[in-house]
Amino acid sequence: MIEAVDVHYSYANKVEALKGVSLTVKDGEFLAIMGQNGAGKSTFVKHFNGLLKPASGKVLVDGVETTKTSVAALARNVGFVFQNPDHQLFSETVEEEIAFALKNFGFAPDVVESRVTWALELLSLTQYRKTSPFLLSGGERKRVALASVLAWDPQTLILDEPTIGQDHEQKEKLTQFIVQMQSQGKTVVIVTHDVEFVAECNPRVVLMKEGKIVAQGPGKDILTNPQILAESSIVLPQIAQVFTKLSPLGFPKNVIDIYEAEKIILKAKESKPQ
Amino acid sequence: MSVFDGLKFRKVYSPIHNLDPRVKFVYVISIFAVAIIFSQIIPLLFLFILQVPFVLLARVQRQWVRSLRGAAFLATVIFAVNVGTSFFYAGYKVTPPAVESALALTLRFVVLVESFSVFFLTTSPDHLGLALEESHVPYEFAFAFTTAVRFVPVLAEEAQTIMDAQKARGLELEKGGLLKRIRNYVPVLIPLIVSAIRRSLELAEAMESRAWGATKKRTNLYSLKLHKGDYALLAITIGIIISSVYIRLYVPIPTVVHLLHL
Repeated sequence: MIEAVDVHYSYANKVEALKGVSLTVKDGEFLAIMGQNGAGKSTFVKHFNGLLKPASGKVLVDGVETTKTSVAALARNVGFVFQNPDHQLFSETVEEEIAFALKNFGFAPDVVESRVTWALELLSLTQYRKTSPFLLSGGERKRVALASVLAWDPQTLILDEPTIGQDHEQKEKLTQFIVQMQSQGKTVVIVTHDVEFVAECNPRVVLMKEGKIVAQGPGKDILTNPQILAESSIVLPQIAQVFTKLSPLGFPKNVIDIYEAEKIILKAKESKPQ
Repeated sequence: MSVFDGLKFRKVYSPIHNLDPRVKFVYVISIFAVAIIFSQIIPLLFLFILQVPFVLLARVQRQWVRSLRGAAFLATVIFAVNVGTSFFYAGYKVTPPAVESALALTLRFVVLVESFSVFFLTTSPDHLGLALEESHVPYEFAFAFTTAVRFVPVLAEEAQTIMDAQKARGLELEKGGLLKRIRNYVPVLIPLIVSAIRRSLELAEAMESRAWGATKKRTNLYSLKLHKGDYALLAITIGIIISSVYIRLYVPIPTVVHLLHL
């Protein structure tokens, strides 16, 4: 469980990035943090594994205050996948890249081996085991970065802009993957601009603006509220746009799920005489 | 990183910022040369104090102090090495003249750092490139130089992100002995170098697609012209050089130890 209590943070150039943010992320929860550029999303999640320490207020990870422990100790339970995989890839082979963190955490060699195999399998990278990560495509590099964090099986996974540069198929896989994590009771926090992706996964949505949380709740409520979204310059998901336009005909406004939309439309068709 | 902070240009308008970069460079090189011809503490102290009005006029005192603080570590090393060497040569004792000469050499280093710091703090990369070009340095080199200067803060920021990404994977930079600590930086340096190379290739493509180098003869929107202030600084510089050489050759410089009858 991650608890942030009235977190304030300023960068060295005196820019106040967080102005009192409080949030509780329960174990097994799926959370999407959204908001425009510079809203403080990335700054905020960097507090979850201690990369940044609050200037005032506090962040507790499983009851331990982040200021009282190291990033390495926190990282064991909170995996953080950065936006740009090129900021972390350095090994000669994909295999070594994935083993890097496992070795840092002091896993036994045979465990490292089996975890690497498992992570490669999970993200369909097995064929690239001995390939240099620098020779892979952008999407594949992103998967290697993800695999290198998943390998140590952290309880919480933070993904910063996971959908950027991914084609539709990869996004689809990512969705399935998050669902799978959920079924194992893992906590997933994503930071994203991708409103369609969020609509599809339907997590709890936290909306940030200028260093504060402005709204939070189920995706279904937040992503269908034009006033709240406009404030954070986020557009409604396409399905919600359609249903907002259809609302004068008696359709509900708060629909973001494609299957729910289908059901409502079919029901409307049946109830109307031809 | 604090040393680099002391060299980072910030846009401020001041009489010093408006000076011609070529003249400023000549001034800095002259201070450099004068600092090297003296090894006594009094003239070096004078040179040190001479920079202060420039710093105050340019209103960069805070960054300037930061760059001096960044140089403090090396200055300490220089002082310690000099005192240490004389300690062994003088038969295992520390003599006041030895301490004074060690202090003087340290001060010389500080003078070099502060004058360069003033130069870089008050000269924009654009001005610097223009100065190089007008000094008949080939445009390719001038451009490469200004680009390199401009990308320093970008790379510093990127290095921070990479360090964060690797720390998030359990890397502990401060762990282990000296050799281990150096090796800890491999996972930071490789992505940094790779991304710098990748960025430079992208920059080259972007430049070429905007017809970089299409004409051999380039013209500039701004051209450098010497103004009153520049002539004044030039006169001051020449004055400093002449008087320094004169003092060095004909005036006996007393040492502090001598003055205090130690």
